[in-house]
Amino acid sequence: MHNNIKFLQGNEACVQGAIYAGMKFFAGYPITPSTEIAELSSAMLPKIGGKFIQMEDEIASMAAVIGGSLGGLKSMTATSGPGFSLKQENIGYACITEIPCVIVNVQRGGPSTGLPTSPSQGDVMQARWGTHADHPIIALSPTSVSETFELTVKAFNFSEKYRTPVILLMDEVIAHMREKVIVPNEGDMLVIDRKKPQVESDEYKAYEYTEDLVPAMANFGEGYRYNVTGLVHDETGFPVNSTSEAERLLNRLMGKINSNLDDILIYEEYLIEDSDILFVTFGCMARSTKEAVNNLRNEGIKAGMFVLKTIWPFPEEKIKQVSKDKNMIFVPEMNLGQIRQEVERLVKTDCNIYGINKANGEIITPEHINDYVKGVLGKCLAE
Amino acid sequence: MPSRIIKNNFRVDRLPHIWCPGCGHGILMRAIAVAIEESNLDKDKVCIVSGIGCSSRAAGYMDFNTLHTTHGRAIAFATGLKVANPDLKVIVISGDGDASAIGGNHLIHACRRNIDITTIIFNNNIYGMTGGQYSPTTPNKEKGTTAPYGNIDKAFDICQLASGAGATYVARSTVYHVNKMVEYVKKGIKHKGFSLVEGVSACPTYYGRKNKKGSAVDLIKEMKHKFIDISAKDKLSKDDVKNKIFMGEFKDVKEPEYIEEYFKIIDMFKKEMSI
Repeated sequence: MHNNIKFLQGNEACVQGAIYAGMKFFAGYPITPSTEIAELSSAMLPKIGGKFIQMEDEIASMAAVIGGSLGGLKSMTATSGPGFSLKQENIGYACITEIPCVIVNVQRGGPSTGLPTSPSQGDVMQARWGTHADHPIIALSPTSVSETFELTVKAFNFSEKYRTPVILLMDEVIAHMREKVIVPNEGDMLVIDRKKPQVESDEYKAYEYTEDLVPAMANFGEGYRYNVTGLVHDETGFPVNSTSEAERLLNRLMGKINSNLDDILIYEEYLIEDSDILFVTFGCMARSTKEAVNNLRNEGIKAGMFVLKTIWPFPEEKIKQVSKDKNMIFVPEMNLGQIRQEVERLVKTDCNIYGINKANGEIITPEHINDYVKGVLGKCLAE
Repeated sequence: MPSRIIKNNFRVDRLPHIWCPGCGHGILMRAIAVAIEESNLDKDKVCIVSGIGCSSRAAGYMDFNTLHTTHGRAIAFATGLKVANPDLKVIVISGDGDASAIGGNHLIHACRRNIDITTIIFNNNIYGMTGGQYSPTTPNKEKGTTAPYGNIDKAFDICQLASGAGATYVARSTVYHVNKMVEYVKKGIKHKGFSLVEGVSACPTYYGRKNKKGSAVDLIKEMKHKFIDISAKDKLSKDDVKNKIFMGEFKDVKEPEYIEEYFKIIDMFKKEMSI
């Protein structure tokens, strides 16, 4: 009964989750600290009739993944920092052409080649705004190895359901940590496949404005001959140089994500209700923060924590709600304040917002968080 | 009344095309359509994948599964498509800049893998869509808007590049030698492995005008005299081949194809499981 308990690294759990979700194609280019995802994919995929290809670079990998998805296979690529930068143009292409795919970014220190083997959470904004112009994006960030499995499945589900690229924003700590993972049996977790057209081929509109804003998707080779282009296109898929069509398309792309926030936003609340101070956190920082919250509570300081699992779209209403009546908000993150700025944008009260930051390749420990918080509290009392 | 070729292979409602008067791309696009028609392919299985540039607008006009991708990346998209569904007949249409500058890396690696994709390069020796800047195939000393004093770069020979990188079928024709173009595209489609056919096109608007080559007709006449078939190479003297360019079939060999090799790995596990 319990033979599906595994002891896995985060990167391995990601591949296991992807295969559970139906991944049949992986294209990638090796880069630390994401390489185990490519390695395990190359070993596992042929066993289930899937395909792995090591492309010549990250740009090609992203392109191949889009081609693979359009060819009918659930597709994924994995990379880190600089590789993620290279993929951006084609991520934008997947956004406008609405091709489902999953892009894993195991973050590393930067900028540029930066700190290849050190943990970082520096790509929060790159995940949101890396490609040019306006577009919606979904990015998920796991806090543990077993959650990596779960969120990888959800990443595939969101990508198929909403016909959009989904970014799994991991960090090196989770990627290389080993933990117990209970792999669900087939059917235990929901697996979603793309909506297929129900009409004759001559009636098919690849980018139809349906009620749910997500057009049905025919794979190439299934008898629906249509055009896919990164140019602004009308509902038939052909390019149009029209301001009104450009506006209509962008509104639909934004709308299909923004009107489904209840489904897409995943978060965890920990001891928030009676708390005076609130932490907003994500990824491996959620673990340091949780211990810090418990330590502070033991010392009589009422702390609570809000953990973002969906980083983008940002849970704006929820942040406004949980930050109400709080005296202070602390945002520990392994960057110089990318999530903090989002929180500052949303919290319009007198509440003080503090960033606890490191971008030097070191993780932020519970002790560091405790000391920082107590330092701030001490200063307030002195004043 | 459109011809049978047009009716069977083009999205007639998307025509007329946007290419300039005298551009050779329409001739090359038609040659591809004729080759597909004469190869009796299932239209639903044919995918035309293009990049960005004048050449790459061809995808929108052709009535198949068409994928107009990002600049230089058509071959990489095509690779994913072909690996995902090997039943598809994947044909890439790319320009000289698209395929050999920004996409040069993808081109050489697709050649190396010998993946079963046919790539047709519309080579007009210039960046047309952005207005006439020099490309990797603009001949040395000739002019472009970014080479106002003459191009000091050495030009790529795309066919030599592809042959060296491992493509298993490589041929070149021109918009003047259009029947040969059809023949080579047909052979490329039939060939198992990575095939590359270079179609030398004419750009009177930018390349021709900038280099004072005259009209479209003059450019095509120049092709007639400038290109000689590689099969005649041994019979010609040094003087005969001076200032000439070879066309024809440069390579036609059989080598293991990428996807067939991958299926051998999948089959290995299938056999293991059946034991």
